[in-house]
Amino acid sequence: MDLLDNLLLGFSTALLIENVLYCFLGVLLGTAVGVLPGIGPTATVAMLLPITFNFEPVTALIMLAGIYYGAQYGGSTTAILINLPGESSAAVTALDGHEMARQGRAGPALAAAAVGSFFAGTVATVVLAVAAPPLAGVALRFGPAEYFSLVLFGLIVSIALARGSALKALAMIALGVLLGTVGQDIYTGTPRYVFGQRELYGGIDFVSVAVGMFGIAEILRNLENERTRVSLPASVTGLWPTAEDRRRIVGPILRGTGLGAALGILPGGGHVLASFTSYAVEKRISRRQDEFGHGAIEGVAGPESANNAAAQTSFIPLLTLGLPAHPVMALMVGAFIVHGITPGPNVINDEPALFWGLIASMWIGNVLLVLLNLPLIGIWVRMLRIPYQVLFPMIILFAAVGTYSLNFNAYDVYAIAFFGLLGYVLIKCGCEPAPLLLGFVLGPLLEENLRRALIISRGDPSVFLTRPISAVLLLLAAAALVITVLPAIRERRDTVFTEEE
Amino acid sequence: MRMKRRPRIIAALATVSLITACSGNDDGDGGAEGDAAGYPEQNITIVVPFSAGGPTDTVTRMIADPMAAALGGKIVVRNVEGAGGTVGAGDVARAEPDGYTVLMHHIGMSTAPALYKDLGYRPLEDFATVGLVTEVPMTVVARQDFAPATFQDLVTHVKANAGTVTLANAGIGAASHLCGLLFQAAAGVKLQEVPYQGTGPALTDLVGGQVDFMCDQTTNTSGQITAKKIKAYAVTTPQRVQSLPDVPTTAEAGMPQLAVSVWHGLYVPADTPPEIVEKLSGALKTALADQAVIDQMAKLGTAPVTAADATPDAHRAHLEEQLTTWQKIISDAGVQPS
Repeated sequence: MDLLDNLLLGFSTALLIENVLYCFLGVLLGTAVGVLPGIGPTATVAMLLPITFNFEPVTALIMLAGIYYGAQYGGSTTAILINLPGESSAAVTALDGHEMARQGRAGPALAAAAVGSFFAGTVATVVLAVAAPPLAGVALRFGPAEYFSLVLFGLIVSIALARGSALKALAMIALGVLLGTVGQDIYTGTPRYVFGQRELYGGIDFVSVAVGMFGIAEILRNLENERTRVSLPASVTGLWPTAEDRRRIVGPILRGTGLGAALGILPGGGHVLASFTSYAVEKRISRRQDEFGHGAIEGVAGPESANNAAAQTSFIPLLTLGLPAHPVMALMVGAFIVHGITPGPNVINDEPALFWGLIASMWIGNVLLVLLNLPLIGIWVRMLRIPYQVLFPMIILFAAVGTYSLNFNAYDVYAIAFFGLLGYVLIKCGCEPAPLLLGFVLGPLLEENLRRALIISRGDPSVFLTRPISAVLLLLAAAALVITVLPAIRERRDTVFTEEE
Repeated sequence: MRMKRRPRIIAALATVSLITACSGNDDGDGGAEGDAAGYPEQNITIVVPFSAGGPTDTVTRMIADPMAAALGGKIVVRNVEGAGGTVGAGDVARAEPDGYTVLMHHIGMSTAPALYKDLGYRPLEDFATVGLVTEVPMTVVARQDFAPATFQDLVTHVKANAGTVTLANAGIGAASHLCGLLFQAAAGVKLQEVPYQGTGPALTDLVGGQVDFMCDQTTNTSGQITAKKIKAYAVTTPQRVQSLPDVPTTAEAGMPQLAVSVWHGLYVPADTPPEIVEKLSGALKTALADQAVIDQMAKLGTAPVTAADATPDAHRAHLEEQLTTWQKIISDAGVQPS
């Protein structure tokens, strides 16, 4: 049995005391940078990369990988506790996770995120071990036309992210797409909406938008009525999920894992869609649709599982093809090269101990993460008892430092102030930040792939229908659109999604 | 060996937290300006105007430690991305000329004036050159099932099929874009270019067969070439590349005009005292002679420049020549500055 032999080789490598130690160090560091807004895994891996030059290659990669998936794990914590998402996936977790925290249910939310992440990480690692090479072949079938159709599908499905009116949600998506166009057009180099500011040529950073629209706007909203404001959760009702909670998260975790594992394989941005799509799916099939956006535990468990599964399977293109799906993966390509291993399809045959050792270490890393995070929940929840007049300046300070550390660009700090105000005004108008963020993330992907597909086809739009994968995705998108606008369902939507407050 | 690693990593972690916590403080407000004798008295920052993990970043991090050791100080590498490297370069042009802010830039330094209006800095006037660092060779590569078998076939094929062939690149101003322009000029053909955001996605689509061919740095292509996921037609340097012994040079293949390599150099703001520039240049030479640096560069398919080229004068002469060359190639190609 080949697979067993390989796994044996993998575990015998990954269980070397040194490798376990650096795996732990990686996930610990990842959790820490995930918790801090702004300082993301990319910056951390970049700073640690030169240190790993002296390690054994497999040890170096085990630690760097640990930082990456550890950060996916930790990112949910601040999103849930203080509505401060550091990555696009965590923004989805914030929707219901932070509502749960406001209701005094931060403990169950954090536990659902941790358990979901653990299950998804473990299963996705098995997928990675069993099917990496054939799956990588599938990923290569995705060209610009397929990505365009996939993103369009994701965008339409995710209108479900809104809890208010569908019209306002569409307007927010459009605004997000427009904000995403700021910067230099990659095809012609033409600067768009930069107002002569060279700092804007690279576009607006996602973290600035997310931290501003969610975190800062939330603080403004909390401060507007100092007298009557209920300090975050007045009482914490139970640290652990109830039996009812446990029953409710099983389905979302399973579906999230499947969705995330599948989308994570696509190097052109599939992993971005994972948590958005999972949230949309859970909301669509739930019998408690009215709870979504008001603290539905499914809305935490599903997206968190999807996100972690995608984080693991996004290693497939890197390990089997040498093609990075994410800036952190690009850094790992650098790590491979420095150690004299040419990343590419030969790694699996030439360096079996490295390939299987890394995969086995991910399983170990997931165990370490859950052991690390479950006991921490009590401490995190206690943090919420800090008086708000002490807590909110700290949140702002961390947000500003973290955002500045992204690119050492003061513009990013001005941006969180700007987006904080904008977010506050939008909340006051009954518009929500989640669809805006979605448009901001997916808009540029949509445009880039649409134009690239048309450039390659010399302007012939029929490619979207003649390429089978693309055609199927477009059909699904059309079906999703029909379901959304069908009058009967529309009526139900209107009664179910009545405005908050 | 193994036992020794632990203290290092702990020290490194402490450094990381320090860097992230106090990164606002090491800007160097010119407290030591003009004081060349005591230089360096504080951390030196090398600005890399590209993303962490890219070839330029990797090269910088390789030489940072040995340079710091030679200077008897500390060097922090900072990535300031954006607009083809012009954001980071502009930052350094406006920095205090005290030797504590250094720029690592590549061939893009010489192409930016032709590609951007309102650049905000002038390569020759606003910077002092410190020395060249390395020259990374490039390769002309295609999807595995692309019809032409040799470089000559490729030229014939693209001329005959100029309406359908697609040429990928990693974005406006990227090395692959410049090499593609040079190829089109040398072959006398205008092809449909397909820009990507970085080499990674471009290479993914090349391996997947979505685009026909491209020209990019050996660092990025050699793994896919040796695994036969893409095919290589030629390397763009005068000599063959050690890691790809079977791939002919463009000169051997009959197109000596297609000679391009991604050269890297160090810069400081123009008014930096010459003694400090000398110190930096000396440290660069020491770093480039370091066996560990030579070994690590060899793994990237490249090598340090000679000691004679790692000097301010040689670097300046090269920059002047490249500015003229690329100005002509880019305007001949009809690329409008934006």
